[in-house]
Amino acid sequence: MAAALEADGLGKQYGRKWALADCTLTVPAGRVTGLVGPNGAGKTTLLNLATGMLAPTTGSIRVLGGVPGSGPAQLRKVGFVAQDTPTYAALSIADHLHFGAAANPGWDAGIASARIRALRLDPAQKAAKLSGGQRAQLALTMAIAKQPELLILDEPVASLDPLARREFLQALAETVAEQELSVVLSSHLVADIERVCDYLIVLVASRVRIAGEVTELLASHHLLTGPRSEEDSLPGDWEIIQASHVGRQTSLLVRAAGPVKKPGWAVDKVSLEDLVLGYMSQAAGGTTAGLLTGAAR
Amino acid sequence: MLWLTWRQFRAQAITAVSALVALAVLYGVTGVQLAHLYHASGLAGCHPRADCGRLASTFTSQLGPHYKVLLDLGTVVVYLVPALIGVFWGAPLVAREIESGTFRLAWNQSVTRRRWLAVKLAVVGLAAMATAGLLSLIMSWWAAPIAQASQIPGSTSFPMGAAGRLDPLVFGSEGIAPIGYAAFAVALGVAAGVLIRRTVPAMATTLAGFAAVQVVWPLLVRPHLISPAKVITRVNPNSNNIGLTFNANGTLTINSSWHQPGAWLLSNQTITPDGKVFRGANSKACSNPNNFHACTNWLASQHLRQLISYQPASRFWAFQWYETAIFIVLAAALAWLCGWLITRRGAA
Repeated sequence: MAAALEADGLGKQYGRKWALADCTLTVPAGRVTGLVGPNGAGKTTLLNLATGMLAPTTGSIRVLGGVPGSGPAQLRKVGFVAQDTPTYAALSIADHLHFGAAANPGWDAGIASARIRALRLDPAQKAAKLSGGQRAQLALTMAIAKQPELLILDEPVASLDPLARREFLQALAETVAEQELSVVLSSHLVADIERVCDYLIVLVASRVRIAGEVTELLASHHLLTGPRSEEDSLPGDWEIIQASHVGRQTSLLVRAAGPVKKPGWAVDKVSLEDLVLGYMSQAAGGTTAGLLTGAAR
Repeated sequence: MLWLTWRQFRAQAITAVSALVALAVLYGVTGVQLAHLYHASGLAGCHPRADCGRLASTFTSQLGPHYKVLLDLGTVVVYLVPALIGVFWGAPLVAREIESGTFRLAWNQSVTRRRWLAVKLAVVGLAAMATAGLLSLIMSWWAAPIAQASQIPGSTSFPMGAAGRLDPLVFGSEGIAPIGYAAFAVALGVAAGVLIRRTVPAMATTLAGFAAVQVVWPLLVRPHLISPAKVITRVNPNSNNIGLTFNANGTLTINSSWHQPGAWLLSNQTITPDGKVFRGANSKACSNPNNFHACTNWLASQHLRQLISYQPASRFWAFQWYETAIFIVLAAALAWLCGWLITRRGAA
């Protein structure tokens, strides 16, 4: 099965500034992939390159085996919910669905109207009068009714309140359960990713820090707490992702294939948030998670 | 794509149709009256050597002042409409989508953005051309009796200028040229929007650009689309058609009048036998303004000639076709540029 998204040495330059530089990554098909990273990591640029909204400056990107935006067939396979979920302010919900039906051969009008009904939205309502959450739901409805093989969402919930955020992600999770499609969802909030994603990619400054199945990542990472002095005497097959010191105590985020045991040390399960923050701080070369929490949010 | 384009354009189309209907009623009613006056004047069957000039003068003198107002208003409207179309239909067409981010929605349906642009340009471009064409048709029909009367030798040329329909102030509001201007204005507006990516600056740029073309074109380009006709006549200093101006620096300027109905006069120069422009040599014979005869006798001995360069009235339609074709080709080139820009550069 072809990868949902494959980037090789991908770069995008604006003037002198590189929004994305030398990015190489693979997003597997058939998964709900969370793309997480701090602001400025290049997530939006990567997703705009994946939909053909942008053309790469260097390197190459293939989406479902094809060149993004290369023609109607490619466009048909990929659904995109852009950042800030743009809709036509002067057009009603019904107008949007009419437009979707006219512009997409694979359009499923049944799915579209069922979703609008389930959301208790009035089809005659103008998009300008919708709340941020409702607008996001409309944009999602259009992307889903198009029946794509791959659905790409760029920070779809970033501007929504917590309730709308949960409803949106709920709707997304239900869709994924009902339809067979691959999803790539970007966010700078791990909680969003955790709710719906089963595959995780941490992107920091155009680089993939870690990629893998969420369950595997959680199983292979451990949080150890112990006395500060003994930090050096760790088994060789353990990889320290992050070390932080508070007083005489040391906390370690460790990646290890086998079971983790160390006398005198407490071993805890790691949360996805701690794991992501650990990799982000490693990328920044820092050791204090507290500083990087700020950068990550 | 056609559906969305129409849905977005619907309100503007309704505005255009309403305005057209209002103008059609106004000019239809007064145009029928004008045509009636023309028929009653007997100008249609007049004899050029006998009564045409007198009948034409009678006809134009019968026209109330409101006809002059209507004529000027119509001319202004036909000139203004392509500019307004470029500013309000062309410039926002793509710029507004970029500004509001909706291009991300539009470009992620199963339609390539080249096709998206092509449909938009086709719908709005054809609507613009139809609007300008209809407007020009109404005005040309309305003004036809006045245009005919003003081309009759000996008629007072009210309310049109001496050059009639070739006059730079009239030409662009007649015939098919407005269709070309409208197509060009839309393409110019869209191109400004694609390049500037903001609606209001794109609108301002479109207005400035289109106005500049409308000013520069008749002055610098149109006169040379067809090489001008020339006449050379002897200057008779004793003729009534000659005006002599004694300048403060002692030189002399000769103004020879020339008139051919409906012709567009490009230049009127007095030249010396060796082909140079007569600049009014500081002659002793003309130094005393009181001794006019000495001066005219001296001028007669200089064998001066008058060189007229003009475009005859008969070339009106040739100019119209050339100009329409050129502006439609320019519009097509701008449309191609827009397509190239949005497919190549993307936008985000």
